[in-house]
Amino acid sequence: MLNPDLKLNPKMFNKDIEQIPIRHGFGEGLLVAGEKNLQIVGLSADLTESTKMNLFSEKFPNRFIQVGVAEQNLAAVASGLAAMGKIPFISSYAMFSPGRNWEQIRTTICYNNRPVKIAGSHAGISVGPDGGTHQAIEDIAITRVIPRMVVISPCDSLEAKKATEASADTDTPVYIRLAREKTPVMTTEETPFEIGKSQTFWKSDKPEVGIIATGALLYKALCAAKELEERGIGVEVMNLSTIKPLDEEAIIALAKATGRIVTVEEHQISGGMGSAVAECLAQSYPIPMEFIGVADQFGQSGTPDELIEHYGMDTKSIIAAVNKIQKR
Amino acid sequence: MELTDEKIIELKEKANDIRISIIDTLEDAGSGHTAGPLDMADIFTVLFFHTLKHNPKDPDWSERDRLVLSNGHICPVLYAAMAYTGYFPKEELKTLRKFGSRLQGHPHRDFLPMLETSSGPLGEGLSQAVGMALADKIDHGLTSDRYIYALLSDAELECGQTWEASMLAGKEKLQNLTAVIDRNNIQIDGYTENVMPLESVSDKWRAWNWHVIEIDGHNIEEIADAFEAAKSIFGKPTVIIAHTIAGKGVRAFERDYRWHGKPPDKKEEQMAINELRTLGGKIRSEHQ
Repeated sequence: MLNPDLKLNPKMFNKDIEQIPIRHGFGEGLLVAGEKNLQIVGLSADLTESTKMNLFSEKFPNRFIQVGVAEQNLAAVASGLAAMGKIPFISSYAMFSPGRNWEQIRTTICYNNRPVKIAGSHAGISVGPDGGTHQAIEDIAITRVIPRMVVISPCDSLEAKKATEASADTDTPVYIRLAREKTPVMTTEETPFEIGKSQTFWKSDKPEVGIIATGALLYKALCAAKELEERGIGVEVMNLSTIKPLDEEAIIALAKATGRIVTVEEHQISGGMGSAVAECLAQSYPIPMEFIGVADQFGQSGTPDELIEHYGMDTKSIIAAVNKIQKR
Repeated sequence: MELTDEKIIELKEKANDIRISIIDTLEDAGSGHTAGPLDMADIFTVLFFHTLKHNPKDPDWSERDRLVLSNGHICPVLYAAMAYTGYFPKEELKTLRKFGSRLQGHPHRDFLPMLETSSGPLGEGLSQAVGMALADKIDHGLTSDRYIYALLSDAELECGQTWEASMLAGKEKLQNLTAVIDRNNIQIDGYTENVMPLESVSDKWRAWNWHVIEIDGHNIEEIADAFEAAKSIFGKPTVIIAHTIAGKGVRAFERDYRWHGKPPDKKEEQMAINELRTLGGKIRSEHQ
């Protein structure tokens, strides 16, 4: 059953569950943070509205900088602003930031130890019709590998709002991964959020498999959990929204409780959240694992549902992975 | 501060001392870049001993000017200027590029927190200086009397990001931003005009709404005047194109691109230091 302590959306499994793009939560969170802290500045590279930074730029035009289509400059200018005490938020599509400007992020932000917050929208293949060039499925790998970087992949718009507000209060670089498409709102305003803390969203009486999910696919994992329980298979589902620093204690506890882990993410299997979990468990409590994600391929055009199914990240695929790992 | 004749002589002597120190530390290090640090010695001397508003005893002084070295590989001249103005003991220069040293091969703030930025990868410094100037513009509008200095190499004009930054600075009318280009005409692979023709450098910056000043990068008075002139320009950032002689001060190194990325050996060090101490054989050195 759903964890009652987290005050999750009571309409979780209703057909009419509210769906909002995760990136909207970033826009709203930045606006709230900007009202509270006058040192916050926003920088955009010609994608102000589609990354939802327009809420901030319209309210605080004097604290908003439009750099044009220049993501390398975007990152390094933000570093300079941070050097003077500002808290810069930069936004673009994840493919371009932290994709195109990775080295600038490494050198001028992380190596320099500047608390720039990077919002990468349109992450994952659910970007849909735009096709593979715009579907960032490598961003978790390239950000979590940089020292000092905090990596957050919120599951819905409300968690994205809370993550954005929380990241404004940290003194480290932060990458916030956002999705374009409408996503079921699984949490509520009352659901707690803390950077670095995982949460158990679903727990059956006798969980046999642990499912660790991040981002919007958490909803597919919850749907899989419900269906599995109806078939008499108990699982526990963890929302791992902070990928770095990794909540190792909770991951190891889940591994000990279930003995089998399935990870679920809209990202390449290589180097992503599942890899981070595997790095932890291989050292501390090695157990069988299955990985739901993109298997070393590029994306393509299609509807989000078509693509999620095609690349094996839908509810059916998660159930199949649970069944498979039970036989191992 | 007034630039008197005595002050000019003093600055020339300081620049010569800094060149000697650069040769000495590079030979000790056994690796590193020689030409750039030598040809920027006069400009660093004017900045650190005359132009910059800073306090070596209080590096975090909030009202200080900011100096961003973009081409981090010429850091021996930055370290020497810092040591000679009292940021840290001169003896520490000997640790350049060695394990555990605060003086990393390319500047790193983790090791030397008094640096404004870590640098090394080319083309990124101007952007950071633009960010600093923007922060002042947000806080103080056009009334800020703090100056942000970005020091670039000419080969960095081959990096697209330099132009991204220059466009933004022109658009934002960052009048308290001054960029200096070390126009020494060399880079690792050869002469810039063979590797990638850059001229007309001045026209390119003018096109992005910058005020352009061209100077002899070894003339102390011209350097100091250019920094002063930049302060009087309203509504535009200023770029000082400093024409320099690569490896300036040691005739055997001058204008030869092969000295871009290698240090002197022991023999070359002695020859170079002797030449600098005797001002090219014009005077007898007290060491002779």
